[in-house]
Amino acid sequence: MTGTGHIVAPRPFRAMARPELADTQLRANLRKATHTIRDKRLRVVSEVDDWEELRVAGAAIKDDVLARLPELLSQFEAAATAAGASVHWARDATEACAIVTDLVRETGSREVVKVKSMATQEIGLNEALAEASIDAVETDLAELIVQLADDTPSHILVPAIHYNRSQIREIFARKMAGVDLSELTDDPPALAEAARRHLRAKFLSARVGISGANFAVAETGTLVVVESEGNGRMCLTLPETLISVVGIEKLLPTFADLRVFLQLLPRSSTGERMNPYTSMWTGVTPGDGPQRVHIVLLDNGRTDTLADRVGRQALRCIRCSACLNVCPVYERVGGHAYGSVYPGPIGAILSPQLTGQDAGANRSLPYASTLCGACFDACPVRINIPAVLVHLRQSGPHPPGERAAMRAASWVMRDRRRYAAALRAARRGSAPLRLATRRRGSVVRHLPWPLSAWTSSRNAPLPPKQTFREWWALR
Amino acid sequence: MRIALFITCVNDLMFPDTGKAVVRLLERLGHTVEFPEEQTCCGQMHANTGYRDEALPLVRRFTETFAAYEAVVAPSGSCVAMVREAYPDLWPQAADVASRTYELSELLIDVLGVTDVGAEFPHRVTYHPTCHGLRLLRLGDRPVRLLRAVRRLDLVDLPGADECCGFGGTFAVKNPEVSGAMLADKCTAILDTEAEYVAAADNSCLVHIGGGLSRRGAPVRAIHYAKILASGEGVR
Repeated sequence: MTGTGHIVAPRPFRAMARPELADTQLRANLRKATHTIRDKRLRVVSEVDDWEELRVAGAAIKDDVLARLPELLSQFEAAATAAGASVHWARDATEACAIVTDLVRETGSREVVKVKSMATQEIGLNEALAEASIDAVETDLAELIVQLADDTPSHILVPAIHYNRSQIREIFARKMAGVDLSELTDDPPALAEAARRHLRAKFLSARVGISGANFAVAETGTLVVVESEGNGRMCLTLPETLISVVGIEKLLPTFADLRVFLQLLPRSSTGERMNPYTSMWTGVTPGDGPQRVHIVLLDNGRTDTLADRVGRQALRCIRCSACLNVCPVYERVGGHAYGSVYPGPIGAILSPQLTGQDAGANRSLPYASTLCGACFDACPVRINIPAVLVHLRQSGPHPPGERAAMRAASWVMRDRRRYAAALRAARRGSAPLRLATRRRGSVVRHLPWPLSAWTSSRNAPLPPKQTFREWWALR
Repeated sequence: MRIALFITCVNDLMFPDTGKAVVRLLERLGHTVEFPEEQTCCGQMHANTGYRDEALPLVRRFTETFAAYEAVVAPSGSCVAMVREAYPDLWPQAADVASRTYELSELLIDVLGVTDVGAEFPHRVTYHPTCHGLRLLRLGDRPVRLLRAVRRLDLVDLPGADECCGFGGTFAVKNPEVSGAMLADKCTAILDTEAEYVAAADNSCLVHIGGGLSRRGAPVRAIHYAKILASGEGVR
């Protein structure tokens, strides 16, 4: 089933990136934030002696999950059901939103508190609930900022990474009821305190909590959420009803496998040795925590992705966002340019696979990379993102005319004489340019389309008078 | 040692001096360089832009052209990465020759056992490690070790050296604005070093970096490090 929801880029990456690049404040915010997390990650990763072995183990466990997905899903469903949870299956975003909306309606509640979750962002749950007149309150500090600003997340882990603290103060001042503006500075503790007061009332009154999950253990039916603030734990423990939307690839075979992932995830994502809060729950515990526990297992393009032998490694992703923080393209354009809740290198391979490359402008995403390889080095589950990007470029639709040009170039280069003649022709073709630029040295400032894309930000050299092979022949 | 030079198509047309420098350097070290004239292009542009079918004949051609040589050297990290990392998956018969194809610094240090090539280059130089050399070939500090041994060369560290310059092959023209933004930051880092030359192992990245520096009117010149290693009189 093809994936739907907030994973479809409305316009090509190049067009989406242009306004973001022009925003100098955004560029500065992104540079500072990505470099800070990048450096922290590097520090805590380099202190683990067996980091490479952990990465290999993480990849192997996830590959095992993908190879046995139907079996493990059944095992998870049986274990969770036996523990008192209700398991639901959603083929796509629309189905998942309908299931969750109905479950909330059944409780009679008009407000839900939410744990930060990529799956619910992916399916557009907040909008679906709003249509049913149900308020969804994001309780993760950064998600709350984005929600109050009526914006969309721009990073998997740090959804408000595109704002600095003075911009956040303005958002709070405008949108947060009951905040004493004269008291509110842009000091991070002051901002956190304002959010804490705002959220505390919501935690205490909410009867329904909604979450995703970082991991789902097939062996025991346990769900796991890792977070930093403790707000997630409030949502997971205080309400009577808890609904969790979980991508089917989030499974781990056994509880012991968490040993690998609880080392890999915090160091890769926040650059911490250990995350402050790890919440685990297995169905219902009588008299303790939510007494009605629902789990919505979400496909939304994941089985389609699984069918691709090269591309399926994207499903190993544990949403740490290390690849975003090291990506030179993400650092310049931010998350909004990718037009999906999954930005950066992982988004460029995940979004087009979940939706199919014909959806919206998702076909442009695999080209949003220089193939520099920094993402592969940082990935804790060894997703070879550059290889998948090239694979998607290969399997996706090509721009008109490009294939003919590539075919012609290949034909020329298949024969030494044709190739040598083409080199001579390229040099002859540049002769008029050489005349025109003689006074300024052999450098060209403007080339005709399509090479004008080159000279938009760089000068171009002219070929010298003799090719290497001509020099060699005369030697 | 009998070494085959794979010049690469970009160098053949645009940067023949880099090829001449490799020949001069290796001959000066006492080796025989051969240039199999059947060679053309490695097919990297085709493969990385998503044209595997168009790349395959070029993969086969490279394999046949260089099969007889005990070592193949190319003055390009990304073309060598294409051959060594991508060829075996594209065409398994290429694996053997791919394993004997080296970037210049690998040939010098790992195969020939030389670090001091007897060069002299009295200039302030900074080195940009290009992505495919750094993260696909894992060249590490090999090029820098070679440069450190060059007489009278003042080598200065490049801040944020391991960050991509923004070239990325067809990325430079498919996403020229993002490529230009990355280039601007790289150029600023280079200018901050006050170097006279920025050296690298890939002329494709250098033509992008050099083009950006030239557009700014900056006096820094982009140079392939093979030309630095070939400078001077050699080991006496």
